[in-house]
Amino acid sequence: MQTVTRETLLDKASALLASGEVSRVLGWKKGEFAYDVTPAVFESAEEMEKDFVYDIFSGANFSKYLIKETAKEGKVLVFLKPCDSYSFNQLLTEHRFDREKVYAIGIPCDGMMDASTVKALAPEGLVSAERDGDNLVIHTLYDGDKILPYADNLPDRCRHCKSKKVVAYDEMLGENGDVVDSHRFDEVAELEAMSEDARFAFWQNELSRCIRCNACRDVCPACTCEKCVFDNPKSGVENKAISDSYEEKMFHIIRAFHVAGRCTDCGECSRVCPQNIPLHLLNRKFIYDIDRNYGDYMAGAEEGSRAPLVNYKTEDPEAADVLERGDK
Amino acid sequence: MQVNESNIVANEEFRPKIVAFCCNWCSYAGADLAGNNRLAYPADIKIIRVPCSCRVNPMFILRAFQRGADGVILCGCHPGDCHYTSGNYYTRRRMAMLFSMLNYLGIEKERTRVEWVSAAEGAKFAATMQDFAEKVKALGPNKRLEDLRCKQ
Repeated sequence: MQTVTRETLLDKASALLASGEVSRVLGWKKGEFAYDVTPAVFESAEEMEKDFVYDIFSGANFSKYLIKETAKEGKVLVFLKPCDSYSFNQLLTEHRFDREKVYAIGIPCDGMMDASTVKALAPEGLVSAERDGDNLVIHTLYDGDKILPYADNLPDRCRHCKSKKVVAYDEMLGENGDVVDSHRFDEVAELEAMSEDARFAFWQNELSRCIRCNACRDVCPACTCEKCVFDNPKSGVENKAISDSYEEKMFHIIRAFHVAGRCTDCGECSRVCPQNIPLHLLNRKFIYDIDRNYGDYMAGAEEGSRAPLVNYKTEDPEAADVLERGDK
Repeated sequence: MQVNESNIVANEEFRPKIVAFCCNWCSYAGADLAGNNRLAYPADIKIIRVPCSCRVNPMFILRAFQRGADGVILCGCHPGDCHYTSGNYYTRRRMAMLFSMLNYLGIEKERTRVEWVSAAEGAKFAATMQDFAEKVKALGPNKRLEDLRCKQ
């Protein structure tokens, strides 16, 4: 059960807006449908009363929005779920925004749904979905209500939740959790155990669906360069229409490599992908490799930590040894 | 008119295109030494001289594959001997991660390699290149990094 409700957040935000402590609130706003909740900036309690939502679709990570929001006048109120707080710390580590201009409220989270997951469960006539105790209730037009266990039907990023601990906040609502023993590398290990040909077939199938919408880049809290390599016409990978062989893979390798060692595994890339490409499997491969070869490292777990790819040890394993490990 | 591909293969021996990034201070000098000592290594190896192995952006490797390389090898000073103190330590982590990722996507791990060759190791340079070229040749042309669309 969500321990923090919409009303709690609304009261908190209204009080802070009224006292002048904050001038804007980063929150979730209802979209066209009940399941496409989108991030929004609210400037008054009235606006929030009208449009603010906090339900099982409030999964968007706000950390990246802070860069633009803190550049403006006044303080911003932001709600941070555990995974958002890791991104928050990582951005602070990289000096991407001014901590003084943010009022962060930590909220516990036990998994958020996303539109594509619910749509897959109820492909026709989906109206809305809500949580009732341990169950997910999906309201549909033609088949009535579908009741399924909530925890078992979560999207991948939440099913393999890495932490329930909010690592950065000014104020915590509800009870803070702990880092959990996730099985997030299981799928990566499965892929690694496959033959090269099988892996190639797997990725060819996944990546060939890519339409180069750049949503994964735009949403990623680690991708915050003002000028992105993919916007450079000379990069050879900027075109939406493919102009050259090998572009898709190039794009995805570069994207994953750019966030290697800085990715907090928040799973936003996979959530926003309109083609449902499991992009988190690329990011997790890097995290898994880094953990196994250079020691456990969780980006964003603490502010100011040094990312593994801008660091070294004299006794690091050779590339050949790292490769042996990833193959059968 | 249809070209019979099997004839082409039968008539022409496959020669791999291999790009070798060599650091200016050790490996390039090692290649030089190999040449001075008249040690042969395959002509399929195209050397690109870089100031330090750390100069090699992962993009260079990807670009080499994109432009038709069948294998890419990166050579630098032995760890601890970097002309710029620590460049090759960063390279080691970076390339280990990149090559591991390429392998994860299904690209044969024999197509990529990192090798440390000092300026005194002309023989090692020639032997490494010989071995690498043979392995890449055995794998055949690199088709794996081609366009993913419109193929089954």
